[in-house]
Amino acid sequence: MTQIVMSGNSAQSYAALLARVQVIAAYPITPQTTIVEKLAEFVANGRLAAQYLQVESEHSALQSVVSASALGARTYTATSSQGLLLMHEVLHWASGLRVPVVMGVVNRAVAPPWSIGADHADTIAQRDTGWIQFYAESNQEVLDTVLEAYRIAEDPAVRLPAMVTEDAFYLSHTVEPVDVPSAETVDAFLPAREVRAILVPGVPARLGSFTGPIEYVGFRRDVARAMERVLPTLAAVEEDYARRTGRDHGGPLPTYRTEDADAVLLTMGTATTTARAVIDALREEGHRVGLAKLRVFRPFPVEAVRALAASVDRIGVLDRSFTFGPTGAAAMEVRSALYDASPRPLVSDFVAGIGGRDITPEAITRMFALLEGPEPPELTWIDLAAPEASADG
Amino acid sequence: MVKLTIPATELVRPGHAACPGCGPALAMRLLLKGLGPRTVLSMPACCWTVIATPYPTTALGVALLDNPIESTGASISGIRAAVDALAIPDVTVVGFAGDGGTADIGLQALSGMLERRTNAIYVMYDNEAYMNTGIQRSGATPEGAWTTTTPVGGAGRGKPERKKDIMGIVLAHRPVYAATLNPSFPEDFVRKAAKAREIAGPRFLHVFAPCPPGWRYSSEETIEIGRLATDTGVFPLYEVADGHLRLTRRLSSLKPIGEYLGRQGRYAHLTPEERARLQAEVRSGWERILREDASGSPGGPFSSRSSHAATKGDTVEAA
Ligand SMILES: Cc1ncc(C[n+]2csc(CCOP(=O)(O)OP(=O)(O)O)c2C)c(N)n1
Repeated sequence: MTQIVMSGNSAQSYAALLARVQVIAAYPITPQTTIVEKLAEFVANGRLAAQYLQVESEHSALQSVVSASALGARTYTATSSQGLLLMHEVLHWASGLRVPVVMGVVNRAVAPPWSIGADHADTIAQRDTGWIQFYAESNQEVLDTVLEAYRIAEDPAVRLPAMVTEDAFYLSHTVEPVDVPSAETVDAFLPAREVRAILVPGVPARLGSFTGPIEYVGFRRDVARAMERVLPTLAAVEEDYARRTGRDHGGPLPTYRTEDADAVLLTMGTATTTARAVIDALREEGHRVGLAKLRVFRPFPVEAVRALAASVDRIGVLDRSFTFGPTGAAAMEVRSALYDASPRPLVSDFVAGIGGRDITPEAITRMFALLEGPEPPELTWIDLAAPEASADG
Repeated sequence: MVKLTIPATELVRPGHAACPGCGPALAMRLLLKGLGPRTVLSMPACCWTVIATPYPTTALGVALLDNPIESTGASISGIRAAVDALAIPDVTVVGFAGDGGTADIGLQALSGMLERRTNAIYVMYDNEAYMNTGIQRSGATPEGAWTTTTPVGGAGRGKPERKKDIMGIVLAHRPVYAATLNPSFPEDFVRKAAKAREIAGPRFLHVFAPCPPGWRYSSEETIEIGRLATDTGVFPLYEVADGHLRLTRRLSSLKPIGEYLGRQGRYAHLTPEERARLQAEVRSGWERILREDASGSPGGPFSSRSSHAATKGDTVEAA
């Protein structure tokens, strides 16, 4: 193990290097670019023996790794925002063909208006494509999760594509010390992909095909079943990873100070770190508050949310995107998971930090004030106003 | 007696779902005779999606991957990358797509595949319209042809625009090998497919593929119509290898275009003036090919329209 000070984007590249990916394809988009630049360097200087495909679009980037994966190669691609939207059609192909493609996504706002700021709308808009979705809080978590994602995606019980996301700039371009496991450690944890190729040269068979309704429903159900096996697989994979590296990121919904909490805030990505500090401060003042980090959005950890709800009265959800449903996407999932819960906690949704707006400690303090107040609203856009001018301003 | 050179092996199986007289079905049959059983095909949405028959059956004796309509070029780049990364021996990587999936919605991925010099063969079978979806016009539909979206009647005279020059577009990318193929000339067809297989680098085959229901003719006429397409100069047969264009069916004179047009209902509405205009177009296209054949290189109006010998990174596949 060595410690390297690196960005979230470098953590993606180092993870792909350690995973010994065999085919990489990418098209540039801010803030993803440094991921694929670093990988190009690794390939150019001989550290990584991969085929690096210079493609003319994200649609082609994903298509080429999907096709490569169908022949048995371990593949990697990365994108963000508009690029991910352009991939939408092929995202469905990846899960439907059951290819274990792993992709890094830098969460960025979608246009118009153009914005390169952090926002989860790009990946939330892909929640129905049959991909496993991880949201990372730190650069360390990015690196570890990409490695775990390969193990889970390639597990014969799963065989689904996975995306590991990181917030634009807060992680993608911010450096922090990251423990990089040795090649031996990773090789033992993640051996070469067992070539259980779906498409075999010389063997007449068809992958994709077309069907009538009877077979079609079976294929959809198979993907649904594979999704159901993701969280148990994650548990086993994380345990193994922890044994080898000493690091465990706590499953799909790790919690903080929730034991005796009355009100809990559920966060995704980098807002979690800020929320943790706010919770410590509020605890000092006597508030019984806690935190749950939604690390896996697909499959949605329904059981974990129900277990959390069993002991708390109020759940606040921080949605770092708004995709034009009645509330933010995470809040809808939480509400749906809790419909049958008894007693059923109150759920209050906070839309914050979209388009790269900072989620400040003050903003999170305000969320808790609303959540603990007499009537927590169903939905609050927390930071519509421009930040207040400074006292002397 | 003439000895046939066409391999007897059949890689298109009986029971496929093509219409009677289907040009694309014939094209696949001859293509795979030239390419052999270690072909990996990637295929977008097109008539062949259906012809290959539904899950869990397949009409093809080779490995087949379906892909979205616009991404065939990218798919074969990925397949080739995997074959190289995994060192799978003796594989011929082939994209097989319709004219709409190639010259229109798939043009970007085709261009990308050619430009990044993917070691694979891209085949465009040209039935000159979106046939799977019911005979809508594509960029490859010829001028004057009736389709369901270029109706005849009132102001409608069939497709007003000219056919997209896919070979011109492809040759501007300097593939190592490009050729036109016509199933009505099966020996030439199989020879070109087999030749393409032995060359490494980006290769492109433009395959003429008559469609009885789409072109409005009786299914037993496919071969004759195909022969007329070449012998009237509508679809000249040539190949471009190592930067040299060579006609592979030389004609002492062109048959009048009326012999070709007159066989197809999609052209039934054309007036003598309209036919004369199409005749002039075909003649000038043919003369250009003759000049290119004589000079040995595809010059044409665009100097970029030339192919190069294998560039850096291209090696002979068989080696
Ligand atoms: C993105 C997308 N748009 C439209 C279609 C519908 N579609 C399926 S097959 C087809 C026709 C393709 O025409 P062509 O490539 O010429 O092949 P042909 O059907 O003539 O064999 C179309 C438009 C699709 N599958 N995907």
